[in-house]
Amino acid sequence: MKIIDQLEKGYLRDDITEFAAGDDIRVSVRIKEGEKVRTQIFAGTVISRRGGGTGATFTVRKLSSNGVFIERVFPLHSPNIEKIERVKAGKVRRSKLYYLREMTGKSARIEERFFGKKTEKKAAKPAAKAAAKTEEKPAKKAEDKTPEEAVTKK
Amino acid sequence: MRELIGSKVGMTRVFREDGEAIPVTVIEAGPNVVVQSMTEEKHGYSAVQVGFGERAERLFNKPQRGHFAKSDVAPMRHLREIRFEGEVKVGDSLTVDMFKEGEIVDVTGVSKGLGFQGVMRRHGFKGGQKTHGQSDRERAPGSIGQASTPSRVFKGMKMGGRMGGDKVTALGLDVVRVVPEKNLILVRGTVPGKNGALVKVRISSRG
Repeated sequence: MKIIDQLEKGYLRDDITEFAAGDDIRVSVRIKEGEKVRTQIFAGTVISRRGGGTGATFTVRKLSSNGVFIERVFPLHSPNIEKIERVKAGKVRRSKLYYLREMTGKSARIEERFFGKKTEKKAAKPAAKAAAKTEEKPAKKAEDKTPEEAVTKK
Repeated sequence: MRELIGSKVGMTRVFREDGEAIPVTVIEAGPNVVVQSMTEEKHGYSAVQVGFGERAERLFNKPQRGHFAKSDVAPMRHLREIRFEGEVKVGDSLTVDMFKEGEIVDVTGVSKGLGFQGVMRRHGFKGGQKTHGQSDRERAPGSIGQASTPSRVFKGMKMGGRMGGDKVTALGLDVVRVVPEKNLILVRGTVPGKNGALVKVRISSRG
């Protein structure tokens, strides 16, 4: 195992942005089209991070333009990933958010996580999650986000 | 023929510059020390006997020590004959340098012992029906022969039994990388045997 760990070290990237399941991120992926190399951005919610060493991957779920959710699995240390930006940190209680697949609308939102003091969190504006629907009506967000509602809402 | 013995370290994946992840098996190959050389005149064939791997000297018995002492080399855990063509003398060390990235190799090893396995796993049978009033037939082999003629089961009939632990050669594997300073060779794909098992790496017969 030691030999493999040492070997993998040469392939690991040390420039990876910190992020976790529940976060909204933007992944810049290098795409080769024939001769040309261009960068494409895949933005969505991280629903899983798994594995270690060179085999580590993360899964990003996003709502595509035609209303279907797309999940894409990226190797964390792939040289094709130009950069990862964390747009928003999510407050979640588990490491794998596969339950989001069964949820739609309000219940599929993830509360935003703020770093620092607890009071700061309360004061801050409630954050809506991934689903584009919720973004359309930002005014309603405030009432919507009580914890009970999140539980009862199917 | 270029050939080395080594041990399977395990599997991982590495990235190519273009971003493709390649599944590789890491093999710690060599250094192999030549202990004896077999000659056409004396043995009827030509080969070299090489040693590989460490083992405490006290664990060797007297005849073994004598064998190594005769060649004036340190005792080693494994002794195997390889068909190495080219000039080598007793006491020489063969290293992974002989392999280069991009070459194609064959890797021979003893496959994992899987114990007694049924006919589906061992021979890829389809098993029986799961529905239509069947019972106890899901993994059954089906008929194994005829009736009163010949009144016996033919030899070699595929049935359940011990699986694995056979000598297996994985042919035509790409050498992804060679790390001479650590005696490592990375080949694409899987290789027979458990991690730590003794394997033979040779330049592929499939050129």
